[in-house]
Amino acid sequence: MNSEPDERGMFGQYGGRFVPEMLIGALDKLVEESARIFADERYQTELSDLLANYAGRPTPLTFASRLTDEFGGARIYLKREDLAHTGAHKINNVLGQALLARYMGKKRLIAETGAGQHGVASATAAALLDLECEVYMGAEDMRRQAPNVFRMELLGAKCIPVTSGSQTLKDAINEAMRDWVTHVESTYYCIGSVMGPHPYPTMVRNFQRVIGVESREQILAVEGRLPDALVACVGGGSNAIGLFHPFIPDEGVRLVGVEPAGEGLQSGRHGATINAGVPGIFHGKRTLVLSDDNGQIFPAHSISAGLDYPGVGPEHAYLNDIGRAEYETITDEEALEAFQLLSRLEGIIPALESSHAIAHAGKLAKTLSRDAIVLVNLSGRGDKDIDEVRLILESRDTANAERKH
Amino acid sequence: MAAGRIEACFSALREKGEKALIPFLTAGDPDLETTEALVVAMAEAGADIIELGIPFSDPSAEGPTIQRSSARALERGTSLRTILDLVGRLRERVKQPLVLMGYANPIHAMGAEIFAKRASEVGVDGVIIPDLTPEDGAPYLDPIRAAGIDTILLAAPTTSEERLTMLVEQTQGFLYYVSLQGVTGARASLSAGIEEKVRLAQSLGDVPVCVGFGVGTKEHAEEIGAFADGVVVGSAIVDRIEEACGGLENAGAAKRAAVDAVAQFIRELKEPLSR
Repeated sequence: MNSEPDERGMFGQYGGRFVPEMLIGALDKLVEESARIFADERYQTELSDLLANYAGRPTPLTFASRLTDEFGGARIYLKREDLAHTGAHKINNVLGQALLARYMGKKRLIAETGAGQHGVASATAAALLDLECEVYMGAEDMRRQAPNVFRMELLGAKCIPVTSGSQTLKDAINEAMRDWVTHVESTYYCIGSVMGPHPYPTMVRNFQRVIGVESREQILAVEGRLPDALVACVGGGSNAIGLFHPFIPDEGVRLVGVEPAGEGLQSGRHGATINAGVPGIFHGKRTLVLSDDNGQIFPAHSISAGLDYPGVGPEHAYLNDIGRAEYETITDEEALEAFQLLSRLEGIIPALESSHAIAHAGKLAKTLSRDAIVLVNLSGRGDKDIDEVRLILESRDTANAERKH
Repeated sequence: MAAGRIEACFSALREKGEKALIPFLTAGDPDLETTEALVVAMAEAGADIIELGIPFSDPSAEGPTIQRSSARALERGTSLRTILDLVGRLRERVKQPLVLMGYANPIHAMGAEIFAKRASEVGVDGVIIPDLTPEDGAPYLDPIRAAGIDTILLAAPTTSEERLTMLVEQTQGFLYYVSLQGVTGARASLSAGIEEKVRLAQSLGDVPVCVGFGVGTKEHAEEIGAFADGVVVGSAIVDRIEEACGGLENAGAAKRAAVDAVAQFIRELKEPLSR
């Protein structure tokens, strides 16, 4: 079994290009030029060097012995994307695209960001590669993630507040697309996940495949066999597809994506696009989306801003359709518990996004024997989330104290 | 039968030596009742074809004016269903071709076949769906076309000549030439080189070529009308509606003022196109 799109970028019934005519020329050019540049040895050498000596790859694979004991089931390994430069897997994609932009002769890079991680990574790569950088970010997200806004500015990028719609990631993407359509000749649009029109979902996945390729080698080196299951969180789904993709032909390896159930699927406040979405056309692709009966997209909700997206990468929708991957959900509350648990047991503060994967890995490990192996993508570190988590926990302490009186 | 009303419209204009004025407004902004009154007034004031925008939550090719009007229309509960009902009512009141313009997802959610059947029943003459290209959009465009509704395609300044040839061949009713590389919205000046591109598109087939995006004044209409077969004006009309209704959404007087202002604007725009 394999998972490659057709020449129009369709994974089964998902993917493709659903964009105005004004962008078709740019996308055709991107397909053509990226094929030529990716075949260029100089590009590949330069990218390998950046990944190794700038981003810090390969990232380690850590056996989580105390977490394993806690759940009392399968042996849990953590793929440490939190240790990559800028603190998450985002840098893998951004270095690849920013370098591509330079080879294409573009002077300006634009990006969208939700939590700010992709924005920070884009600003980082733009600084390194001497590109002008502007990042669109929902005004509401800018307020929630103020430190990342400052980071981007320190890195020389300009963060542009988006005040339309729900003022979150989906609106930031709309605004970035508007910018791109207006400045398509000079500007490279660096999309942060496996989203957007063809060729982006495939290209971003190929940049993130390094996670799975390394994991495969590393687990074979320590365990001498492949894991029984891979677990990764899914918002747009780039860290998950990056881990999953090299294992797709290995049918004995379960691929488990974890979507944000937010306040519960019944509440309507969640971001579980595969579990609760419908097919639709959104942000340049056909995929599963959170949409009402009239075809209007409604905002996703998650405690983690990085999973707060009402669509999903088309390849995930496809892997779900054909039954090769399974998609589970974890609530805000469960993610918050896992956030604290991993911090206490392993000395690793995970991103709230990755905490969803940790929480589900625990549930899964309990159902498996001690010989089984579960490999979790720890896609990012949690430093960015500590203020928000502190506020939530403090407000609970206050509420509990009041209840006792 | 809806099919052919757009073609007939262009033939009649050609005989009179006129160019088409194609105004756009967002259906349901500020409410569907006012939209109905606006369309009737525009038709009486000289509009040749009328585009009704289907509001969408994520209008990624629109500038601020149409973004805001889409949001207002959605707040009022406007949906594709209620817009089709409106077209049914309008069909009895105006003879001009009525074109729906909107993003693919509301049509996808209704189902392309159901939409096509319903749209043809109420008398929709054409559709413009900016995020559907002839290639990937075929599963949606084919049933609409099969129902006798014109599927109007877009071309842009960055469209290659080879692709332009294909678009001219495949479009129905007219080709919507996007005058500038960007989002919708009235601009102070028109971008250079449109005439050459439009003439090229006209030379590639028999289909009328109309120009939109950034067209906001009588002077623009005159300039474009000199070579194109028609002019699409959107944001400048929506701006007038917003201005008249701003803050007074429920006041009947404000809505009447909007209708008067838009009718007056249509007369101004049509004047240089009918010389």
